[in-house]
Amino acid sequence: MALTHPKPNPNQPQFDGLVPHETSYARMVLRRFVRNRAAMIGAAILLILILVSLFAPVITQATLGWGRDEIDIRYIRAAPSARHPLGTDSAGRDNLTRLLYGGRVSLAIALGSVVVYMTLGILVGSVAGYFGGWVDNVLMRLVDVIQSFPFLMFALTIVAIRGPSVSNLVFAIVFLSWPVPARLVRGEFLSLRERDFIEAARAAGVGPFRMVLRHLLPNAMAPLIVNATLEVAGIILAEAGLSYLGFGVSQPVPTWGNMLSEANNMAVLQTKPWTWLPPGLMIFLTVLSINFIGDGLRDALDPRLKQ
Amino acid sequence: MGRYLLRRLLQTIPILFGVSIIVFVIIHSAPGDPYAYLFGPRIDPTLRARLMEEMGFNDPIPVQYVRWLKTTLSGNLGYSIRTQEPVINMLAQAIPRTLLLTGSSFLFGLAIAIPIGVISATRQYSLIDYAATTFAFMGISLPSFFAALLAIYFFAVKLPIFPMNGIHTPGGGGFWDVLHHLILPAVTLGLRDMASYARFTRSSMLEVLRQDYVRTARAKGLAERLVIYKHAFRNSLIPVITLFGFSLPALFGGAVIIEQVFTFPGMGLLTFEAVNNRDYSVLMATNLFFALLVILGNLLADILYAIADPRIRYA
Repeated sequence: MALTHPKPNPNQPQFDGLVPHETSYARMVLRRFVRNRAAMIGAAILLILILVSLFAPVITQATLGWGRDEIDIRYIRAAPSARHPLGTDSAGRDNLTRLLYGGRVSLAIALGSVVVYMTLGILVGSVAGYFGGWVDNVLMRLVDVIQSFPFLMFALTIVAIRGPSVSNLVFAIVFLSWPVPARLVRGEFLSLRERDFIEAARAAGVGPFRMVLRHLLPNAMAPLIVNATLEVAGIILAEAGLSYLGFGVSQPVPTWGNMLSEANNMAVLQTKPWTWLPPGLMIFLTVLSINFIGDGLRDALDPRLKQ
Repeated sequence: MGRYLLRRLLQTIPILFGVSIIVFVIIHSAPGDPYAYLFGPRIDPTLRARLMEEMGFNDPIPVQYVRWLKTTLSGNLGYSIRTQEPVINMLAQAIPRTLLLTGSSFLFGLAIAIPIGVISATRQYSLIDYAATTFAFMGISLPSFFAALLAIYFFAVKLPIFPMNGIHTPGGGGFWDVLHHLILPAVTLGLRDMASYARFTRSSMLEVLRQDYVRTARAKGLAERLVIYKHAFRNSLIPVITLFGFSLPALFGGAVIIEQVFTFPGMGLLTFEAVNNRDYSVLMATNLFFALLVILGNLLADILYAIADPRIRYA
């Protein structure tokens, strides 16, 4: 039977993923993601937040004219006014200016530590899952130990003892977070190891590096991407909590978390909500949009998981 | 089951061992010493050096660790450097309070989450379902300490129906008094669990409702109520149990911050003060206690899992 390539009929209904030239996995994922309204709204909000954070110096100079740490000495804990739209903090610094700057450190810490702990976790998980045996045993017992720490509790101990700083905060987050991707990768590898295509690759003489990078890891990507996304939200929450307690990013660098610690003062908490409400809402908005994105990604990457 | 339990309990020993080594090394390798925090910079340097030497802080870390291990295994958790109080007494006071706080916030979260999850699953894509899903997303995204500040602002300041902090009024401490103080911290701490359990119950329930045995139950003419609450609901709870083990670390971690916001004198506040004062023996004890709690929580989740699902047999 001579097969001629059928001309695409413009009136023919197209089914997702069934037409040959549309089966690229990445394209399917993108299409499903774009169709998820909540995820797209989340992505848009997050993009705006990232842009505002990146251009905070330009934006604040052009509109308000206050510097990040600039002190307006006659306006300490001032109420909102044209001069200070969100009032000032206990040092007389402009709240709105610091609010716009506040996302920079939070987002940078979250994105940076996700990259580091993911790399570390994937590396450890690959080694454990690929080699198995006693290597796997030792690494997984280490994972068991680290996963027994309540995150905030131990992060607080590490940062407080080593001194509050961005690098110690990232160290604590990375130290406590890598077991999750390590477990994911290892589990995925163990189940893939028995599959025919891996057997075939091994028979064809594929070495360990190529095996992991080309054949094993790509198949473990979906849960990793979802975990990384949701963990950005988790880290932002953790950073905010630690900074709020005074053990995260220290003054004068503003983050939404340490701006909230102004509310530790009872008078501020009770009578000056404009000081602590906006940073809290910013954290909420950021985490909410990332959670929407993560949820959309999960549905898009693996429709079987869709509930 | 008995042998399985015994094996699991024995497995916690090396894990606790590992936890103690990591915490010990991190605490003791840091610069600074407790006396600098206790007496401030004005302490006589020779006195400080003598104290450090006498307390063994100058020994190599492995030596210090072995000494700590020996005294701890003999049942002595040491003394607080700041108050000289035995650590065991401080724990005995703080642990029940933290368990009260985390326990009641967990139960509160569960009591609201499960009905919400079941209702939104049985009416998928209804207005209630959308409202519940939105609410769940918001609950997961709201930082607990911010929720706590909002709760204090609205329900203790603007509308003064709840106390702002503490565990009981000075001199008080009756059941109702403690309950009154417990509501705001427990609710704000439980918010996150409530949201995640509601989501999980919903998806688990949807999964079960698709099963053949539910269709059979419907086909043989059972009332819809009976199908949902007798056949589907109980089975949908099985995966929810697994979430229990996962959510414990976050629950206890959250307690650390919530206790600080409400000056609720439990393990979280104890840790917070110990961290501020470099009270090493207290820090070791609280960190180990939380790790033990997480391990036992996971074990409990596995046992509950086996009870709920007779297909699961541990040997």
